[in-house]
Amino acid sequence: MSNRRDFMGIALGGFTALAGGIPALYAMKRSWDPLPSIKAAGFTEVDLTTISENELITEKWRGKPIFILKKSANMPQDPRDVVAGGARYHVSIGLCTHLGCIPAYFPSETKFKCACHGGEFDASGKNTFGPPPTPLVIPPFKVDGNKIVLGEAGPAYLEMQKAGIA
Amino acid sequence: MAHFEKASSITEWLDQRLALTTVKKVIALEYWIPKNINFLWAMGMVLAFTFALLVISGIFLLMYYQPSVDTAFDSVNYTLMSEVGFGWLWRHIHGVAASVVFLVIYIHMFTGIYYGSYKKGREIIWLSGMLLFIVFSAEAFSGYMLPWGQMSYWAGMVITNLFEGFSPDIAGGILNAPGLVEWIRGDYVPGQAFLSRFFMLHVLLLPLVIMALIALHFAALRIPHVNNQDGEEFDYHEAAKLYKEGNTKESKVIPFQPVFLSKDVFVLGVYLIFFFYLVFYHFNFAMDPVNFDPADGLKTPAHIYPEWYFLWSYEILRPFPKDPGLIAFGFAQMAFFLLPFLDKSDTVAPANRRGLFKYWFWIMIVDMIVLTVMGKLPPQGIWNHIGLVAAVVFIALFVALPWVTKNENRA
Repeated sequence: MSNRRDFMGIALGGFTALAGGIPALYAMKRSWDPLPSIKAAGFTEVDLTTISENELITEKWRGKPIFILKKSANMPQDPRDVVAGGARYHVSIGLCTHLGCIPAYFPSETKFKCACHGGEFDASGKNTFGPPPTPLVIPPFKVDGNKIVLGEAGPAYLEMQKAGIA
Repeated sequence: MAHFEKASSITEWLDQRLALTTVKKVIALEYWIPKNINFLWAMGMVLAFTFALLVISGIFLLMYYQPSVDTAFDSVNYTLMSEVGFGWLWRHIHGVAASVVFLVIYIHMFTGIYYGSYKKGREIIWLSGMLLFIVFSAEAFSGYMLPWGQMSYWAGMVITNLFEGFSPDIAGGILNAPGLVEWIRGDYVPGQAFLSRFFMLHVLLLPLVIMALIALHFAALRIPHVNNQDGEEFDYHEAAKLYKEGNTKESKVIPFQPVFLSKDVFVLGVYLIFFFYLVFYHFNFAMDPVNFDPADGLKTPAHIYPEWYFLWSYEILRPFPKDPGLIAFGFAQMAFFLLPFLDKSDTVAPANRRGLFKYWFWIMIVDMIVLTVMGKLPPQGIWNHIGLVAAVVFIALFVALPWVTKNENRA
């Protein structure tokens, strides 16, 4: 008799787990997902004409700081640069790729330095010292004349993505 | 239906229905504790009492706290601190207790390690205790988010970023789960969704888990019994029989209530003088000045450091490059869990009577203190090197433990 009882127990347990447990876990997972309103959070447009050379501008996009640095002619060029209106810009998400602190920019050294764990990046956002494993991340962008739209993937961004640098 | 006689007193009436006399016997009057112990054996009761203080002060904080990114900061720093009668008392009890509870947890833990109270039948006590340590850590972290100050925000940012996992070039990116961090936060950055869910974790889910684990921790103590200062094994039935026959002097045990409890309450009293001294005169040590600035996602504080009780594991993460750092950090979290299985010796005795283990224990204590101090100092120059050495020593200690303890069995 105990075999039949075991069978009933296993059948009930299995059914509960499959029909109740897995969907419940899925529902719980979905309830923790970012809300559609947050995911659809807008696009940020930045006017580049007012920016002066070697001076860091910090914009906010999806709650994250975005670094925009207009490069002067004597600063080294890099495939990561964004070209708009004839000038070159470094554009990146301003969070250290180690653990997400905001690095500070030192114009005299043309370097980003992170106060948390001592990471450093050059003016092209490439990690040069300390724990950061990768360069600063380039957000999706689209160049529109003298403006840049953050959040929209334009041709220059797609090219960077293809080259594996964005 | 069962047959009930008419009761002649309230006690008897309750006894018939709830067997109160039997319950009291089992959990207190005939719960036997060895005599050969010292004040360090009272830390369990000190912890239970501190947890009760946290729950009670938390209930009062909960009545005015608002889990909204716009109002959380003011509900704590203005409403509770200046408007609510004695609001400051609950906040300072809660803040001080959250810090001091870790001090007592560490004393409790190192007492267990020193006297070998984690093995030979006491493994579940150790494992449930370590689980409590982890859940208490999560409870402290989630509570730290709630005032929504600069340290709340940036600690939340840095710690949730840990779940980004490994950069793809390690292990073929197996643990690289894109979107996991956003899923945990419910947003791209810590925001309303993040604050609400950590509020839920802090006031409901984690306290429930803690209470269940405390029950398991106590239950796990019943069969192997409390350890004693010499790790001596003796017959509890015989010792209890002696005590009940009136030979209390010859017996090696005392009942939990009233004898052991009276000692416990004495230690608790001394502890509470110290505790309320901190609450009334030195609460500032538990209140980071940086957290009195409201959260700002566009401004990182100059130094981000965790509360003192997380510094040692933070320092194990810090001096390495990202991927090895994460592995070392994961190892540090797990290492103490493995203690009963890494210790290959059959001896249950104080560390100072256990050969090489004596040195292992004291090196481990000194190393944890060095890690804690280095974790607080800025990551520069010589501090970086000392931190790296201490982190390597910590890992080496646990890797070496089976060989350190193996020889004890031969002697």
